[in-house]
Amino acid sequence: MGERKLRIMVAKPGLDGHDRGARVLARCFRDAGFEVIYTGCHQTPEQIAASAIQEDVDVVGLSCLSGAHRYLFPRVVELLKEQEAADITVIGGGVIPDQDFQLLYDAGIKEIFTPGASLDSIVEWIRNNVKPS
Amino acid sequence: MYFSNDVLEQTPKLRKQWEDEVKKAIEKQADQKELWSTVSDLEIKRIYGPEDIKDMDFERDIAYPGQFPYLRGNQVTGYRGRYWTFRMFAGMGSAKDTNRRWHMLLQQGQTGLSTAFDFPTLMGYDTGDPHARGECGKCGVAIDTLEDFLQLVDGIPLDKITTSMTINPPATVLWAMYCAAADRQGVPLTKIGGTIQNDMLKEFIAQKTFMCPPKPSVKLISDTVEFGTQFVPKWNTISISGYHIREAGSTAVQELAFTLRDGIEYVDDVIKRKGLDVDSFAPRLSFFFNSHIDFFEEICKMRAARRIWSTVMRDRFKAKDPRSWWMRFHTQTAGCSLTAQQPYNNVVRTAIEALAAVLGGTQSLHTNSLDEVWCLPTEHAVEIALRTQQIIAEETGTANTIDPLAGSFFVESLTNEMEEKAWEYIEKIDAMGGMIAAIEKGFPQMEIADAAYKYQRQLESGEKVMVGVNKYATGEADAIPVLDIDDRVETEQMERLKAVKRKRDGKAVKRSLDAVRTACNKGENVMPHCIEAVKNLASLQEICDVYREVYGEYQDPAMY
Amino acid sequence: MTNTDKIRKGDVRTATRLIRNIENNIPEARSTVRTLFPFTGKARVIGLTGAPGAGKSTLIDSLIALYRKRNKKIGALLVDPTSPFSGGAILGDRIRLQRHAEDPDVFVRSLATRGALGGLSKAAGDAVHVMDAMGKEIIFVETVGTGQQEVEIMNYVHTVIVVIVPGMGDSIQAIKAGILEVADIFVINKAEREGTERLYQELTSMLNMVDSFPGGWRPPVIRVGSLFEKEIFEDNIEELSDSIEAHYRNLVEKDLLGNRVRRKVTAELNEALQYSILAPILKKLISEGEFDRLIDKVLRKETDPYSCAEDIAKKYLKPQSLKGVEK
Repeated sequence: MGERKLRIMVAKPGLDGHDRGARVLARCFRDAGFEVIYTGCHQTPEQIAASAIQEDVDVVGLSCLSGAHRYLFPRVVELLKEQEAADITVIGGGVIPDQDFQLLYDAGIKEIFTPGASLDSIVEWIRNNVKPS
Repeated sequence: MYFSNDVLEQTPKLRKQWEDEVKKAIEKQADQKELWSTVSDLEIKRIYGPEDIKDMDFERDIAYPGQFPYLRGNQVTGYRGRYWTFRMFAGMGSAKDTNRRWHMLLQQGQTGLSTAFDFPTLMGYDTGDPHARGECGKCGVAIDTLEDFLQLVDGIPLDKITTSMTINPPATVLWAMYCAAADRQGVPLTKIGGTIQNDMLKEFIAQKTFMCPPKPSVKLISDTVEFGTQFVPKWNTISISGYHIREAGSTAVQELAFTLRDGIEYVDDVIKRKGLDVDSFAPRLSFFFNSHIDFFEEICKMRAARRIWSTVMRDRFKAKDPRSWWMRFHTQTAGCSLTAQQPYNNVVRTAIEALAAVLGGTQSLHTNSLDEVWCLPTEHAVEIALRTQQIIAEETGTANTIDPLAGSFFVESLTNEMEEKAWEYIEKIDAMGGMIAAIEKGFPQMEIADAAYKYQRQLESGEKVMVGVNKYATGEADAIPVLDIDDRVETEQMERLKAVKRKRDGKAVKRSLDAVRTACNKGENVMPHCIEAVKNLASLQEICDVYREVYGEYQDPAMY
Repeated sequence: MTNTDKIRKGDVRTATRLIRNIENNIPEARSTVRTLFPFTGKARVIGLTGAPGAGKSTLIDSLIALYRKRNKKIGALLVDPTSPFSGGAILGDRIRLQRHAEDPDVFVRSLATRGALGGLSKAAGDAVHVMDAMGKEIIFVETVGTGQQEVEIMNYVHTVIVVIVPGMGDSIQAIKAGILEVADIFVINKAEREGTERLYQELTSMLNMVDSFPGGWRPPVIRVGSLFEKEIFEDNIEELSDSIEAHYRNLVEKDLLGNRVRRKVTAELNEALQYSILAPILKKLISEGEFDRLIDKVLRKETDPYSCAEDIAKKYLKPQSLKGVEK
């Protein structure tokens, strides 16, 4: 029978290819009962936004370890807004110093997960803050 | 036989006595946990004794430094002759910024240079390319043309200091720039020394900075090996890497096996493609390992690596020159072992990992800074990391004697075990048709993904501990100063690139790019043409675009 | 503008949300699909099946590139299995199609099987209708590719492509018979590998043994080589697309198109009947606890499943309407 399953996209914007975290997250989200769209690395923000819309995801999880998050993460949010998909929640993780958090929150990223964040805490945050459409 | 019969007769009795006592003790107080294993899940016994290494033959398996199978090291004098090179991986922002950091590190006592490039450079893009937006200078130095490179090595005597460059798909281009820079300084190519990482197989397996498909990538690598053999004899044209494989989540044995099997693949290719005699290039092959937090596992891994490689070179490839049998390696302490929580703990982790690398006999070492979980290191943090090496070298006495752990029942036993397991993987990949075939099947990638996932699950369940993260966590943030790379670096770099393009001879650039293209199409060595091109101020991306055009771009099949 | 209008105009957001509602069994979704139904039937639907790792997604990626050069509007449904343990799924086929992500005329949608057998999701059929109504001219459907029970793909598409790879234990004997009967086109993918010749021979011999093919169409065996040998690869893809065109023409000429469509509609009607008749009854039985009680009774040997079913039928279906129907 039908169930409202949460659809989440795990994406790596930019040139960073360190995908250990993204791949582990994909498996863990699957274990949590989500449907995970995994788009791999080397995605432009444009590709990510377009895919997120096509796939009707509830959440986009961005992973970036190259320090380019200040440009890439807000750009994804901006593109989603432009294409009238601002209801998609965008969260992020990777190598992101504390001092950049506010900038990212201001740009519309709903939550940042630092290294060491337990998978359970990420899943819990999603369950508490995002309802599947 | 390693031990005399007398010894081997004594041990069972003594061991039994001990085992009986253990049983009694456990009844009173059970062990804290049932399974004691390394961070890679290798199970470790409560005790090791002579019986665990009774089948070893001293001459065949252990011997002395500088003697086959080089278990105890290549150099007969050990660290007394020369400490391992203190080689700190560094790069940030613009070439000028990095040059400043380099001079600071040299002043603080580092003995070799190591270059960290930013992602656009690593991937063969110029600053300003749409792919590169937001990335300029963030995780390393931005290099677009020879002009940038000259600023990078400004004031650095290239005949006196060796430089390692962590660069893979565009390695030919960056090495060409280095050669061109040496030429500017009047230093002949026969005098420059250093390393280019230039190991594409591990990119397909783990790090994922790739550009062209596997076969042409390996061809470009063979070009550099051939060029180095002929013209740049002191240069290590490849650093066959396990570091990244480990960072991607592999076990220690997988790191060991996949790295060495990658090495085998390269040696095979150079011999077949270039027809070179193995002894003409093998002495300049180098390796790069991770030093992770499980102290003994890392030491044993490095020792096993030497023994496996010497056997491979002598028996599989029939190399005659003992220097071909040597495994020389650089080590970096494990980035993935560092935590964002309670970051000062990272100083401790790095110190222990560095010590393991020294006891493992590394030729050169980079120690991570405590703040690298957040950003590129601050001056203060990188200074502590460098001091860590200097303290180990000068204060701890570890360098007094060679391979101090040799003969330990535990260390020799674990070394043997890791070697055995590594051989199993090597043979398995041989049976698949080699490393490229294995990569196409997704074998190493899946092994790594499975190991990474398993480890994460173990962390989540508490089976594996990360202090400050899932045990002894305080929930408070330790505010530490963090380096910021200004976003203006990108705009300034784009201006610089524009200026270079304006002033250079466009026709000469086109001619040299055509020459590169022709060399690619004809299967000739690209290096001389690359050098010519960079001297004419062709940009990194312009040359890489030629490679992309001729060889195509790699599409990652993305195993998860 | 109604949702129907939006979808007919090609609005991706509305279309993908509708597909989601179909997956989630939202009743309004069904009625929207009903309104779209009259506008379907123009798209050509191409199915790809074959073992995991055979390279189906990569083939779709290349075919899309080819058809886009011919200005065709494309849809693609990529199916991946739902984990039976967690109910979640990793939908990763899309990775191989990402170069088309920004192309407004390419709509790629990943689906999880959600427990459906047969390599497809229950929503796949209606998802095809949605894409069809959007104006997509070519729609690719990719099955999970477990290699078993994958005959269901036949019910959703015009042309079935079976993808095999040499050296993956894919000798013909190893492949379940069902798939071979389903194939309209065989692709030997990664044909640069060892074992291609043998596989080709095996397939050809097997095809030689068939007396007559429906509609006179003998499935061609197309070898597609390494992605990295660009020119040869592109020729292979052209050859594949020529076969696809040829197959469709054959269906039209031999008037078999109707059969395919009929088969499809048969499956859909069956499914719809199950949904409308059986599912509500089951739902009621379960929610009233009656279902469990019946199970207990059967376990105690007080009754048997067939008698239970008869009783339920008598209770819920008008007896007169079934008069004269043989069981």
